[in-house]
Amino acid sequence: MLRYTLRRILLTVPVIVGILLVTFAIKSLIPTDAVTAMFEGQVTEAEGQQAIANMRAKYGLDQPWYVQFGRYVEGLSHGDLGTSVRTTRPVLDEIGFRYLKTLQLTFTALGVALLVGVTSGIVAAYRKDSWLDVTATTISLFGISMPAFFFSLLVIMVFSVWLKWLPVMPRGWEALLLPAVTLGLIEAAPLARVTRSSMLEILGREYMRAARAKGVGEAALLLRHALPNALLAVATIVGLQIGHLLSGAFIIEVIFGWRGIGELAVRAIEWRDFAITQGIILIGSGTFVMLNLVIDLLYTWIDPRISYETA
Amino acid sequence: MSAALMAGEIAEAAPRATGWRWLLRQLLRHKQAQIGGTVLLVIVVCAFIGPYIAPYDPLKVDALNRLLPPSGAHWFGTDELGRDMFSRILFGTRYFALICLVSVSIAAGFGVLLGLIAGAGSYWGDMAIMRAMDVVLAFPFILLILAVVAVLGPSLWTAMIAVGIAGVPNYARLVRGEVLSVKHEEYVEAMRALGAGPVRIMFGTVLPNVVSAIVVYTSYAMPVAVLSASALSFLGLGAQPPLPEWGAMVVGGRTFLRTAWWVVACPGMAIFVGVFSCNLLGNALRDVLDPRGT
Repeated sequence: MLRYTLRRILLTVPVIVGILLVTFAIKSLIPTDAVTAMFEGQVTEAEGQQAIANMRAKYGLDQPWYVQFGRYVEGLSHGDLGTSVRTTRPVLDEIGFRYLKTLQLTFTALGVALLVGVTSGIVAAYRKDSWLDVTATTISLFGISMPAFFFSLLVIMVFSVWLKWLPVMPRGWEALLLPAVTLGLIEAAPLARVTRSSMLEILGREYMRAARAKGVGEAALLLRHALPNALLAVATIVGLQIGHLLSGAFIIEVIFGWRGIGELAVRAIEWRDFAITQGIILIGSGTFVMLNLVIDLLYTWIDPRISYETA
Repeated sequence: MSAALMAGEIAEAAPRATGWRWLLRQLLRHKQAQIGGTVLLVIVVCAFIGPYIAPYDPLKVDALNRLLPPSGAHWFGTDELGRDMFSRILFGTRYFALICLVSVSIAAGFGVLLGLIAGAGSYWGDMAIMRAMDVVLAFPFILLILAVVAVLGPSLWTAMIAVGIAGVPNYARLVRGEVLSVKHEEYVEAMRALGAGPVRIMFGTVLPNVVSAIVVYTSYAMPVAVLSASALSFLGLGAQPPLPEWGAMVVGGRTFLRTAWWVVACPGMAIFVGVFSCNLLGNALRDVLDPRGT
């Protein structure tokens, strides 16, 4: 297991280097950089132009992309993600706290999604073709068709504006409640579909019949005999969804004013502050790779038949 | 092989020979396809004739009639600049159709090509292409899109290209897998024995046999592409105002959520209905083409 884990972590290194290379090559194509974007249309005199040139030199923006790349990697080796041109603060300081906030939102939402999605998937499969199943299936079809931003606005409209259950500018745990539940419900839709179909498949297996014949109660039948087997498919979908969850989190953050990395990313693009965008891409894709590794390792725990040692 | 058996096989293969017509017949019988297909057809028709039937100019600002609720004169009300929402929604069908077409074409076009080359070509070509695809896949969708938008600057075209690029690796992987599984089938060997060149084998023999997998995957990819592109517009990174793109229209109405719900609700519902129809049609396609998966 340890060898597998180490190998997986090592394998991500070329991927991350590839991502960095591509982004730096891309960066050289951008017609404007953060300095030009900041002063655009505000400076016309020769003196100002000189100041811009100095500032670009200070941040190394006048160098060819491969030189900038070399510097970036060198900084990265001692944990330096560069400095934001716009805010003049180290990128790591800009991102750090926001990253934790994004993780908080993402994981709470994942919890909501698992709770709602898996439960409704089980119920729908167990009572196949009943009104419960039809309702759950229809709602999840609605869910995968609903734009996240529109759903968020509907949620705000209903709960904050009409029902006044929550303030429009909430604080503390209340601030987390709406965005996390909104994001969680959106992600619950595909989970419910997958849980339902894999539960249906398993409920029809021979060993389920055998268990029922032995006199195992219905609840134990579902939760102890069927669910663990269905969880494998659920884990796969969760792995695929983490990227999706992160994307959803970006939009939810902007709408609910949740100060995570998604909200920062959108600003950084407007500012052309590439150091920040780069940092977010690096940390975001690193998280994505790591979480998928965790899920792969979880497989062996969910299904002891899977082993990575021989693979 | 006996003649009867061969005849049976040929009879079985017959619907394949007229594949598209067969598919259409199956879909016309499928209820979800009927509903989804009808709505999508209406959207496409509106995209063509919208400008001729729209009651107002979708860009014409009318300061005296700002934020009017839905009425006989303005079916969907007016927005914050007094523009007629119904006309704007009607024009928006064009961008909806354009997003579907362009982003999925980019994803499928490049993805299928790369997948064919990787699946059929040399070991090193395969390695190079698939590792490059891994890099793209390692990006969460949104980060990749943000990277593309950061380069090209926000616009509707950027959004469509970005969403398209993000979709390339999945097509490439799918097609590569399919190619690997059919490449040693007898009919491919037979074509090779008949002296067909690699290009002809790829496009003439292998590709037609993986088309159904591509169509099934597209039924998943298209709604996702539309949602992503409209989300980008919503974030201000895609279609820019005053373009009547539905995602961009929702942003404009956000500030007036309390007083004028229709400015957000109409374009939001339009996206929902469009994507919902795509999903219905997709469900039906999967029922018909891939009964195992449903």
